[in-house]
Amino acid sequence: MTWDWQVFLNDDGSGGRTYLQWMVDAWGWTLAVAGCAWVVALLMGALMGTLRTLPHSPWLRGLATCWVELFRNIPVLVQLFLWYFVVPKLVPAAQGIPSFVLVVLGLGFFTSARIAEQVRAGIQSLPRGQMDAALAMGLTTAQSYRYVLLPMAFRIILPPLTSEAMSLLKNSSVAFAVSISELTMFAMQAQEETSRGIEIYIAVTALYALSALVVNRAMVWIERRVQLPGTMATHSAGGRS
Amino acid sequence: MKNRLFVYAAVAAATTVIPLVAGAQATDTLAKVKSAGSITMGVRDSSGALSYTLGDGKYVGYHIEICQRIVANIEKAVGKKLEIKYQPVTSQNRIPLVQNGTVDIECGSTTNNATRQKDVAFALTTYVEEVRIAVRTNSNITSIKQLDGKNLATTTGTTSVQTLRKHERATGVDFKEVFGKDHADSFLLLESGRAEAFVMDGQILAGNIATSKNPTDFHIVGEVLNVEPIAIMVRKDDPAMKKVADDTIRELQKSGELPKLYDKWFVQPIPPKNTRIGLAASEATKAAWANLNDKPMEDYAKK
Repeated sequence: MTWDWQVFLNDDGSGGRTYLQWMVDAWGWTLAVAGCAWVVALLMGALMGTLRTLPHSPWLRGLATCWVELFRNIPVLVQLFLWYFVVPKLVPAAQGIPSFVLVVLGLGFFTSARIAEQVRAGIQSLPRGQMDAALAMGLTTAQSYRYVLLPMAFRIILPPLTSEAMSLLKNSSVAFAVSISELTMFAMQAQEETSRGIEIYIAVTALYALSALVVNRAMVWIERRVQLPGTMATHSAGGRS
Repeated sequence: MKNRLFVYAAVAAATTVIPLVAGAQATDTLAKVKSAGSITMGVRDSSGALSYTLGDGKYVGYHIEICQRIVANIEKAVGKKLEIKYQPVTSQNRIPLVQNGTVDIECGSTTNNATRQKDVAFALTTYVEEVRIAVRTNSNITSIKQLDGKNLATTTGTTSVQTLRKHERATGVDFKEVFGKDHADSFLLLESGRAEAFVMDGQILAGNIATSKNPTDFHIVGEVLNVEPIAIMVRKDDPAMKKVADDTIRELQKSGELPKLYDKWFVQPIPPKNTRIGLAASEATKAAWANLNDKPMEDYAKK
């Protein structure tokens, strides 16, 4: 078999768009889905992870536990399917929600359940004395979390968060199932149209790998930037996870 | 650092060597199956009545039955009984698997087009697919023109997506395409009202409608959007193998069996649930039978 990389310069039939341009557009969708979902995942993950460690609020703790178990125990593709087909059956208005929003929320919530567990682990790994000291200083519970516990907890869980960010980027490929024309959809469609599947898949694989590598490097950079001297003697800034 | 260099080198080597190895396969399929005592048939899990599975590793369909006839003639040609092995393929891997010798004859739903003819060879066209529109019966849509600005479902990884794109460009209409990840998904888009129409190969539409909850709720309407010759695929540059396949199809045509096979799979009830696809042979398919040929899709568009 011979290589035919020129295939990327062919017009895709729409008049004026090459497969290369299409692939770059698709890459943009992949990054947009992953980026937005990451924001949702971090916010909800931090919130739910914090709630799971609250000392005197069994109801909130229960709610956060339900959140984590619900979103963590169902495969992400099934979750998207539920959001896309089943929820609109129950709430007809949900049919109008753009599929981009659905997939961002779906992926974001799925990932948030995993991040919540890491946040919880991070908080619980801190010595009890930290919380006690914060309260003794006269901080409220919220202030103790905001100024004492969470800043330390997030530093501790940066390496697993890096993995999570990279997984999210790759999980964004499920967006093709709800009609987002991201890289995986591009690959499936373009290989059929051009019959040059190997070239298309190699290019798409390279883009996924490149994106994941950039995420990895960015997280390692953040890890180094926020490192506090003397607090993490045992923790080296490798970030390769 | 050394480690990392090694990984890069290995990846580079793998990407260049694998295709070379794949290209180095012998192209004399008859000799190959004779010495192996078996022939590998590439089959699809769910390509409508052309090629599908009953579960338990059983594969049936119009093209599989034709392939079984071809294998019978190959057995005569090599003078040996052959064991038939079934290898499920997908639209992504079917061409590489035929090229590298994993699959000896692909009996699925592959469109014969000019690009693919550079990589593989096709037997005489046995089925001509027409891309059609399915809508809900209560929607009053009868033509593609009425779908301007409406949601249209089609399936990712099919030629219909490109057909729609070309159609939009040629006529200036603007569809909002929604893509199902498989045909069942696309049909669900139509059923749930997320899409007003489902554009796909006629036999796939007919099959999905036949197996839906209320088949009378859906019907196929409007013009034929595209015509594609579907053929059985064999390795390129292997004239002996292609001749056996072509001669078998000619025999079936001459004896009048070809329309009977079509009727058996597309009109009569078929396993596993004894549903009927109920799709009579199109004029294009009948024309292909009357004038057996292996012309690619591009030649059909010229007409």
